[in-house]
Amino acid sequence: MTVMAARVPGALPGTAAGVVPGAVTPSGGAVPGAVSPPAGAARLFRAADASLAGHLAAYAALPQISEAEAFIEELRRSGLEGRGGAGFPVWRKLASVRASAGLSRPLSSDGTGTGTSTGTGTSTGTPMSRGRARRTVVVANGAEGEPLSLKDQTLLRQAPHLVIDGLLLCAALVGASTVSLFVSAASHEAVRRALSERPDAGHVSLTVAPEAFVAGEATAVANAVERSVSVPRDHLLHLSQSGIGGRPTLVQNVETLAQLALVARFGAEWFRSMGTPDEPGTRLVTVSGDVPVPQVLEVAGATPVDAIVAACFPAAPAGHDGSAPTAWPGVSAVLVGGYHGGWVPGSAIDLPLSRAALAVHGAAPGAGVVHVLGSHRCGLDAAARIAHYLAGQSARQCGPCVNGLPALADVLTRLAARSRDARLPAEVVRLADVVTGRGSCSHPDGTARFVLSALTAFDSDVRSHLDGRCEVHAR
Amino acid sequence: MTEHPAVGAARLHIDWTRCDGRGLCTELLAGRLARDEWGYPLARQAAPGDRSDVALSPGELDAARDAVSLCPRQALKLTSAP
Amino acid sequence: MDAALWAIGRGTGVVALVAITLSVLLGIVTRSGRPLPGLPRFSITLVHRNVSLVACVFLLIHIVSLFFDSFAQLTLLDIVVPFFGSFLPFWQGLGTVAVDLLVAVTVTALLRNRLGLRVFRAVHWLTYAMWPVALAHAIGNGTDGTSPWFLWLSAVCTALVLAAVGWRVSARFVEFRSVRAGELS
Repeated sequence: MTVMAARVPGALPGTAAGVVPGAVTPSGGAVPGAVSPPAGAARLFRAADASLAGHLAAYAALPQISEAEAFIEELRRSGLEGRGGAGFPVWRKLASVRASAGLSRPLSSDGTGTGTSTGTGTSTGTPMSRGRARRTVVVANGAEGEPLSLKDQTLLRQAPHLVIDGLLLCAALVGASTVSLFVSAASHEAVRRALSERPDAGHVSLTVAPEAFVAGEATAVANAVERSVSVPRDHLLHLSQSGIGGRPTLVQNVETLAQLALVARFGAEWFRSMGTPDEPGTRLVTVSGDVPVPQVLEVAGATPVDAIVAACFPAAPAGHDGSAPTAWPGVSAVLVGGYHGGWVPGSAIDLPLSRAALAVHGAAPGAGVVHVLGSHRCGLDAAARIAHYLAGQSARQCGPCVNGLPALADVLTRLAARSRDARLPAEVVRLADVVTGRGSCSHPDGTARFVLSALTAFDSDVRSHLDGRCEVHAR
Repeated sequence: MTEHPAVGAARLHIDWTRCDGRGLCTELLAGRLARDEWGYPLARQAAPGDRSDVALSPGELDAARDAVSLCPRQALKLTSAP
Repeated sequence: MDAALWAIGRGTGVVALVAITLSVLLGIVTRSGRPLPGLPRFSITLVHRNVSLVACVFLLIHIVSLFFDSFAQLTLLDIVVPFFGSFLPFWQGLGTVAVDLLVAVTVTALLRNRLGLRVFRAVHWLTYAMWPVALAHAIGNGTDGTSPWFLWLSAVCTALVLAAVGWRVSARFVEFRSVRAGELS
C-alpha cells in the first residue's frame, strides 16, 4: 500500500477545541517561554527535519523533571492514554512500574498513593522497602505489527527525537537501567541516526522487530528484547511487575512517548487544549483503503471519523459550512482501530473517534487505523481476507488460536462465497466465543472481535449472501 | 454441578504456550473444565477473562493440585487471587 | 546364603525387566494422550510413574543382592561404571549402562518441576535406549537368560514394545491429531 508519509497536515477545519494562549510553564526547571507551545493540532511534527538541531529549534531541550511524583500527577491531569492500541492511562502504567520497583507506594484503588494496591489485577501487595529499589526496564514499542498502521514509522522517521525524549524521561521516572527501542525495519536507519546524534542516549539499545502481526504485542516485545524471539509469552504477573529478566518492565508505544515528551514541556492544561475532556490531546491516525490520498494525519481527540476520511479526498464536497459531511457517498464501512478493531457502517461514520462512541460498534480508537471500504467492495469478502491473514499470523504457540482462527476464517469465507448454509452465522459466533480468552496474548480475542463486528456491520449482506446474492456484486 | 467459587478464590493458571490438550486436567476437574473440539481445556461458565485463570472452589483444590502435578506439559499453576 | 542372594538377584532381575517393559508401554500410552479401558488419562500417568518406581525398587534389590553374592563378583565400581566387571564384563556392563540411564531418567523425572520441561523430555528419550540394553543384559548375563521360558518372555516383551513403538510413530498416534491444524511451535 502506498502512503504519503511525508509532512503531515495540520488541524482539520472545525476541529480545534481552542487556542493555547502564550507559553505554558512546564513542570520542572526549564526556562519558560523558550519555545511557544504548539497551537492547534499540529504538535508532533513541528521540527523542520529529523535532526537533533531541527528538534531543538522546534521544541527546545527536554526539561529536567525534578519531582517524579509531581510529574506523574501532571500526566494524570493531562489524561494522556496509550497510543499503541490498548489506551491504558499512561500515568497508571508509570506509577505501577514505580511501585513494583519500590520507588513509590503501591496504588490504592482510587489511584492515590496510599494503602495497598488493588487495581486491575496488577496488585503488588508486596511491602515497600526503603532499601534497594529493583532495577527496571523500559522499552519503546515501535514495532507496528499492524499492517494498516504507518503512524509509528512515520513518527520515528520524522520526529525520532521526541520519541527518544519520552523514552529517556520514562527511564528516569522508573529508574531504568535497561532502555530499549524496538522498531520496524522501515524506521531502523532513521532511529539509529537519531540515537547517534545524542550524547544522552548512548545506553539505549536498538532492536529491529520482525514483520509479524503479533511482534508488537507487549510480551512479544519483551521477549524479543530479552531473547530475540518475537512471540508472546505466558505471564502470571503483569509486565509492570515482572517482565524482562523478571524485572518490572514498562513497554510504551512510541507515539505515547512523543506525546509524553510534549506534556513534559508544555504541561497538562496545554495538552487538554485540544480534543475533548474524554479524549484530550491529539492522536495520529493512518487513513488507508479506498481513499484517493491515503496518509498519516494528526488529529484532535474525538474528531469525527468522516472528517478524517474527508481530509483524504482532494477537494472537500461543496455546500458545507466547514463541518464534515454526515453520510459519505461511496463508503460502505470504515474499519477503525486496526485488524483487531471494529467496522463502522458507512451510514454511521459521523461519530467521533472516541472510545465511548465507537464502543457500540465493537471498536475503539486503538492504534488510530481508519481503513475505508468503498461501496464497490463486498464487506464480507474483505473481512474474510483479513480473517485469513490474522489466522496466518498466529504465533502458533497456543492450541485454541492455531486451530480456532483458521476455522473462523474458513466459515467466514464460506459466508463470503455465498454459501446457503443458514447455520454459518451461528457457527461464526460459536467459534469466536471458543477462542476468546484462551491464548497467551489477545490475538484470538482481537480476531474474534473483528469477525463479530463484521457480521454486525454487514448483517444485511449476510442475509443476502445466504440467499445466494451479494449486495455489492451483481453476480 | 459446578460450584460458584468465592470472590478471592484460588485460580488455575493455564499456560497456553505449553498446553497440548492432553486432557488430564479435564478428567480431574470435570465439573470445571470441558474440552473444546481440538482437545484443549475450556472453562465452563467462565467469563473470557477467567478462561486462562480459572476460578476454583475450595472443594476443587485437591483435584487442582493433582492436575498441576500430573500435567504432562507442566502447563498448569495454582495461583491465589485475584 | 549365597544361593539365596543369587535367587533373589535372578528373580528381582526378571521382575524389574517386566516392570520396565510395562513402564515403557504405559509411557507411550501416556504420550498419546489417550485413555485405556478402565484407566482414564490421569490414571495412566499415575500407573506409569508407579510402575517405574516399582521397577527401580526391584532393580535396587537386584543390584544389592548380587553385590553381596560372592558368585557375581560385583564391585561398587561395577554398579556405576560399565565393562570393568569380572564376570562376563560385557553383558554385565550392559546392565550397568541400563542402570546409569535409569538413574538419569528417574532423577530428572522426580525433579522435572525444577529442571523444566525440555531437560526432562530430552533425558526421558533415553528410555528407548535403556529398554533394549536392559533386555540384552538379561539375556546375555542372566542365569536364565537363554532358557526357553525366559526367551519366550523376552519375545513377548519385545513384540509388545515393537508394536507400541510402531504405534508411536504412526500419524494418528496423538489423540485429536486428525482435527488439529498442525503442530504448535
